[in-house]
Amino acid sequence: MSESVETSALTPLPGTTGQTGTVVRSTVLKRLFKNPLGILSMIILLTMGLLAAFADVLAPFEENFANISKTLAAPDSVNILGTDSSGRDVWSRLLFGAQLTLLSALLCAAVAIVIGLPAGLIAGYYAGKFEAMSNWVVSILMSLPGLIVLLTVRAAFGPSVWIAMLFLGILLSPSYFRLTRSAVQSVRNELYVDAARVSGLSDLSIITRHIFSVVRAPIIIQTAAIAGVAIAIQSGLEFLGLGDPSKASWGVMLSEGFKNVYLTPSLLFWPAFAMALTIGALVLLGNAIRDALEDQEKIKHRRKKAHEAEDAASASAAKAASKTVAAVEAGTEHHLVKVTNLGVGYPQADGSVKKVVDDVSFHVDRGEILGIVGESGSGKSQTAFSILGLLPDTARIVGGAIQFDGNYTVAPGEDNVSQERLSKLRGKRISYIPQEPMSNLDPAFTIGYQLVTPMVRVLGISKSEATKRAMKLLSDVGIVNPDRTFKAYPHEVSGGMAQRVLIAGAISCEPDLIIADEPTTALDVTVQADVLDLIRDLQRRLGVGVILVTHNFGVVADLCDRVVVMQNGRLVEEGPVRDILREPEERYTQTLLASMLEGKEPMSMLVPSSAKENVL
Amino acid sequence: MTETAALGAALSAPAREGLLRVENLVVEYAGKGFRAKKFRALTDINISIGHGETLGLVGESGSGKTTLGRAVLGLAPVSGGKVTFEGKDISQATRKQRRVLSRDMQVVFQDPYTSLNPALEIGDILAEPLGVQGMEQAAAKKRVRELLDQVGLPSDAIHRLPREFSGGQRQRVAIARALALSPKLIVCDEPVSALDLSTQARVLDLFLQIQKDTGVSYLFVSHDLDVVRHISHRVAVMYRGEIVEQGPAEIVTRNPDHPYTQRLLLASPVPDPDRQEKRRAERHRLLEEQRQQNEQAAALA
Repeated sequence: MSESVETSALTPLPGTTGQTGTVVRSTVLKRLFKNPLGILSMIILLTMGLLAAFADVLAPFEENFANISKTLAAPDSVNILGTDSSGRDVWSRLLFGAQLTLLSALLCAAVAIVIGLPAGLIAGYYAGKFEAMSNWVVSILMSLPGLIVLLTVRAAFGPSVWIAMLFLGILLSPSYFRLTRSAVQSVRNELYVDAARVSGLSDLSIITRHIFSVVRAPIIIQTAAIAGVAIAIQSGLEFLGLGDPSKASWGVMLSEGFKNVYLTPSLLFWPAFAMALTIGALVLLGNAIRDALEDQEKIKHRRKKAHEAEDAASASAAKAASKTVAAVEAGTEHHLVKVTNLGVGYPQADGSVKKVVDDVSFHVDRGEILGIVGESGSGKSQTAFSILGLLPDTARIVGGAIQFDGNYTVAPGEDNVSQERLSKLRGKRISYIPQEPMSNLDPAFTIGYQLVTPMVRVLGISKSEATKRAMKLLSDVGIVNPDRTFKAYPHEVSGGMAQRVLIAGAISCEPDLIIADEPTTALDVTVQADVLDLIRDLQRRLGVGVILVTHNFGVVADLCDRVVVMQNGRLVEEGPVRDILREPEERYTQTLLASMLEGKEPMSMLVPSSAKENVL
Repeated sequence: MTETAALGAALSAPAREGLLRVENLVVEYAGKGFRAKKFRALTDINISIGHGETLGLVGESGSGKTTLGRAVLGLAPVSGGKVTFEGKDISQATRKQRRVLSRDMQVVFQDPYTSLNPALEIGDILAEPLGVQGMEQAAAKKRVRELLDQVGLPSDAIHRLPREFSGGQRQRVAIARALALSPKLIVCDEPVSALDLSTQARVLDLFLQIQKDTGVSYLFVSHDLDVVRHISHRVAVMYRGEIVEQGPAEIVTRNPDHPYTQRLLLASPVPDPDRQEKRRAERHRLLEEQRQQNEQAAALA
């Protein structure tokens, strides 16, 4: 399980949320209103909409009312934006034009949604023949040259903007289809959809209840973009003189204004300005919604800078000292790794620091296996990652120090793991065995390539020598046919095999310390036993120190010399493996061991009823 | 112990006939590409579950144990054999028949993070199966409260979203959803594998308590022999799409016959260094023995 999920499970439950609507949407709306561009674009669109809706009331003249005696007039108190070449009021035409332009753009988007959305939902949910067929139709639609189709439509059905937008809607429907289909495909096999099926929900209610919510947001964003495109294309056609001259629309006004561009340039300006404002607002609104959906990534960065500036003064002294790394405490140089009062935290949006590791101290000697045991969210992986220097960018060392082989990798007072110091160690003297073997091999390269390249870089040996070594390593980790595995791609080997490959990689540069993060959790029990055997053999043969992060006491009993028990970021208990597993002193360790099923009476209650009240 | 014995005695052969029977079940998936060979996920499966009984299904990843659970639920295609529930053949049940069936047969999935729709409140999630059966809103609301109480969640959980809960609490919600219609059989697909050790213990307790209170039957799928031993009356072991061994839990999980089950038993480590060392040695001995037997068999053939 990934650490991010674990920490989310750790966070305390917030108070009951409001009972209105879905909470997801309301927070998105709130974030949307915090975005100045979002508010601005919404205000512009709202104003445009209101002006269009109340055009009949607001416009002083009919859209085609012409005053022949007053053509191309400058703005005055009667015609506030002047008149055009036929003596029609520009302001009135602009308002009626907004009505027609916006409504027809909406028609275009509506047609595209009505066709694309249901088709996408059905194709995504049922797949099979309908999907194959609709993919053909979509490909045909997308290969049609849009402008030529629209010109043909005009020739066949006349200059009506409604008909043109109807066909444009059909031409644009594939974009909705593809969007919807891929969104649905991503949730079609989610377990909650299966659970709904088991509950006997009809397909229709599954789609409306469980699937539609996934496509809602992308559809809104897409619609903002499509409406903009519709306005642009429609106006483009009308500008070319293909519009209906009897109706006022922005495109028609633009076309007429162009004819008098030398006499009265403002005739061109107003419709263009209205269009630019509307299309711009639509695009910005789409962006704002997308930003609102993509969490508060921006706030974090700003906070980080503020945080750094704040700390700069106090840390400058420590930084000056860190150029010449302080010597470690005398008498502790012989420890391979020594972690002293380590604290790891994540600065939060509100300025506080959420500690995930707090005041943890332990050491590992050469040739020793130390187990770090704990449940999810106990901070065991974070501790291991801070030794490796692989914490996320947002993490801070909030206290303590880490030393490796007599030198500080994190000196006291430093708030960051020094990548400069660690990159010299990582891969050469400290190596790592991950939890998920498959996701730690790059599917694009052969296993051999992924073993050889680091050796060539780190050890500076030739490629052929590295290849020879890789073969030997593969047979060392118990792979029966090293040659075949060497040439294989990651997807061609099993999970257990992939883990052996990663172990081979971890020992390839003869490290002093191996950090194994739940190395067998993703494996079957029988494979786990083999991999544990392998780690034990290698450890004995090479005499390396090992830090084994795990939640499984069986694995601890199998491998470890000493154990550290962690809970909620703190170190609970430390000691030799036999002491901890047989006579744990702390209650937490006792509870954990009591939860083991081994040796329990079948069907008996595991947790004494007195402890039941504790929340999980 | 007396309770288990009594329960075991009550489950004589005729009682077991009762609830679910799977006979010669075959599940095949269409291969990729035109006229591709079908992929056979399950071969000739025979199991039965009686009222109030738990059948544990154990096996490694890819052994087909999850597929068997899904075939019973109608989520995997049955290409051969028969699934009978209370005497009725349900192997090719339509969606309408399934809706009726869902009153008696429910599911708890492995991953509590994806088995609950993240956009729905807990109350809506729990009311869903009730609504399908046409229960009125007021009655459904009352039932939801009862369910939350039954699985040990506070009643203010109704208006919260799944992400506000920890893994163990979410699994409780999933269990409550399965219990909503008071089913006779719950298919549990690795329901405790994603949970921490202490959480796993509490959730197992909950499963046992519910069975005691309601007499529900479980088809309990897990890769963990210890979990299956703890919760099951009988255990079936799956290996490469077939059931290789089946019998009372105590026997199958302590003195198994089949070489694979023997390997499985000795592979799971015990939480004591010295006993684990012994078990490790036993395992190596067993692997060596089985290797020699295989060689002999190969030599004879």
